[in-house]
Amino acid sequence: MNIVFGMTYILPWPLSIASEGTLSIVEMVVIALVYLGIFSVAGLFLVLMERRVAAWFQLRIGPNRVGFQGLLQTMADALKLVSKELTGTVKSDKFLYNLAPYFVIVTALMALAVIPFTKDFHAFDINIGIFFLIAVSSIGVIGVLLGGWSSNNKFALIGAMRSGVQTISYELSIGLSLLTMILITGTLQLSEIIEVQKNGWLIVQGHIPAIIAFMIYMIAGTAETNRAPFDMVEAESELGAGFHTEYSGMKFAYFFLAEFINMFIIAAIATTIFFGGWLSPFGITESIPWLGVFWFLLKTLVLVFLMMWFRWTFPRLRVDQLLTLEWKYLLPLNLMNIVLMALMVWGGLLIRF
Amino acid sequence: METPTVHSNFKSEEYFINMGPQHPATHGVLRLVLTIDGEIIKKVEPDLGYIHRSIEKMCERDSYQQIVHLTDRMDYLSANINNEAVCLGVENALQLEIPERVKVIRTIIGELTRISSHCLWWGVMGMDVGAITTYFYGFRDREMLNDIFEETCGARLTMNYNVPGGLMFDIHPNFVKRVKKFVAHFKTKIPEYDRLLTGNVIFQKRTKGVGVLSKEDAISFGASGPVARGSGYSCDVRKYHPYSALDKVTFNECLETEGDTFARYCVRIRELWESLSIVEQLIDNIPQGEHRVKTNAVIKLPKGEFYQKVETARGELGMYIISTGTKSPYRLKFRSPGFSNLSLLNHIAVGGKIGDLVATMATLDLVIPDIDR
Repeated sequence: MNIVFGMTYILPWPLSIASEGTLSIVEMVVIALVYLGIFSVAGLFLVLMERRVAAWFQLRIGPNRVGFQGLLQTMADALKLVSKELTGTVKSDKFLYNLAPYFVIVTALMALAVIPFTKDFHAFDINIGIFFLIAVSSIGVIGVLLGGWSSNNKFALIGAMRSGVQTISYELSIGLSLLTMILITGTLQLSEIIEVQKNGWLIVQGHIPAIIAFMIYMIAGTAETNRAPFDMVEAESELGAGFHTEYSGMKFAYFFLAEFINMFIIAAIATTIFFGGWLSPFGITESIPWLGVFWFLLKTLVLVFLMMWFRWTFPRLRVDQLLTLEWKYLLPLNLMNIVLMALMVWGGLLIRF
Repeated sequence: METPTVHSNFKSEEYFINMGPQHPATHGVLRLVLTIDGEIIKKVEPDLGYIHRSIEKMCERDSYQQIVHLTDRMDYLSANINNEAVCLGVENALQLEIPERVKVIRTIIGELTRISSHCLWWGVMGMDVGAITTYFYGFRDREMLNDIFEETCGARLTMNYNVPGGLMFDIHPNFVKRVKKFVAHFKTKIPEYDRLLTGNVIFQKRTKGVGVLSKEDAISFGASGPVARGSGYSCDVRKYHPYSALDKVTFNECLETEGDTFARYCVRIRELWESLSIVEQLIDNIPQGEHRVKTNAVIKLPKGEFYQKVETARGELGMYIISTGTKSPYRLKFRSPGFSNLSLLNHIAVGGKIGDLVATMATLDLVIPDIDR
């Protein structure tokens, strides 16, 4: 495990009195709390960004009153949600109903642990990084299913069932499109994947199949986060609010925050795999390593903007069209793409600088 | 739309679900009792009455001038055309000679109302299929019209501009200028609508072949307006029974033959162009003259039965008066387009998915106060 904030420099004295095991537990807890703090705020910032972007698309101004340019607007909204009463339905399955939001938010935050912001700002660099990301991000759907199932609301149930169908289907495309890129890198460890890209970002190295994989990944990633045009799960004009119809206050906020953190994660994975993670374009700031955070966030936010662009432009697909798209088009294309990529790697047709 | 065959071991069970009265897709207080098998709709039962205000009964108590004001509250999106229906009916019964100026202004404002109604419908249509941005584009253009209406008669939605015998006031001096500005503006915006929604692949997939209504069914269910014209049933009241200045202008009746949701959508988009062309033909030569002819303060219709129909943005609005010669009608019946169009819903939505129902309902363009009255 990388030591993120140089625990040994910040707190030198515990070294002398605490055993190594205790110290590493303390370190993990501190890192977890720091991440929690940073990303709750980052999630709120993403909500604000979405609202401003939406307003920009929709000939509006958007929130600009609370704080400078509305920066504190989502804070105010979050405070409102904290103070709201937690309502629920009478005959709901109370245990599952209360459990569901935590499933969603915890898995979203867990996935953040392996995201490499720069060489040093990387909490948990494991050798199966991508595998871990895919595995963790698919647990979130259980929360959605539980929430819809236990709410005792038919709209929520329909939303949850749609979510199950959708997420499980698109998981395949995410996995396979990432697998296509793994053929180039030959490793699942995220830091090593970025090292490989010092010879050119993977989307350049792998050119045609990489671009196809990127497009499939973005489509599937949008579907995975249940955002428009794949927001079958919420589909406010069809199902009211879908699976979180019966949630209020902080429990609703968890679902809401998780959606945005998931969007950030999807974009962050794409940045890491396709666009060189923290590496600067043409190595222009290679001498200043901490600027890696800047480059990483810039690339990620551009991709997040792309997903917002999808959301505020496209109409929603119907549930059967959604499945047709995945099983009849994306999946076969993906499989062929893997073969193509394998042939290219075998034939040495990659572009490397 | 075929229903997937289910293996007998996995017998699926139908259940019912209440869509409305508080549901975003019903645009008001309509309640649909849906019988669903999974996502597939087996039956749609509209349940009405949540916004019933007994307008027809109130008409039996009111004078004819007062009845005009009630009609605003029926189909509030084409309020001015509803006013016109009552005024025309009363004027024809009294055999009043209406100045040309009034006729032309009524037609212009009627067509602008139709554009404004279609703008709102277009925005909501996009929202119902999931593209929320269209809503704001529709409202941007509608806002210009509302400003024109506000300047002309003081109200933005429920205008009350028509009175039996003419108009309540003359048009504002800016009216012609602003309408011309709007026409020029809107001509550049309809192609934008097409780029944003009509040409979108997802939108076409969502609407083509969904909610198909045959011409025969359109006639037998009494459909009218763009819903019937989308099925190829030529029924434009403006063409067959022209009123006000509509006999002086040339315009095409927009017909599509597919009868699906996309056809109804296209009819309305084409109607925007036609309405613009009608406004353009009339706006340059509004004749001079009186804006109102004198009527008695208490209008008493001669004994008898009178019928007047107009084409609102939603279809054919009929008004049937039975008069006994007193100051208020003995019975007044409105034939509202929304009510007949809603009766189609069960017929065309069964077999589709929930998403199809929402898209179909959006192109029926229901205004619930018009259905309930």
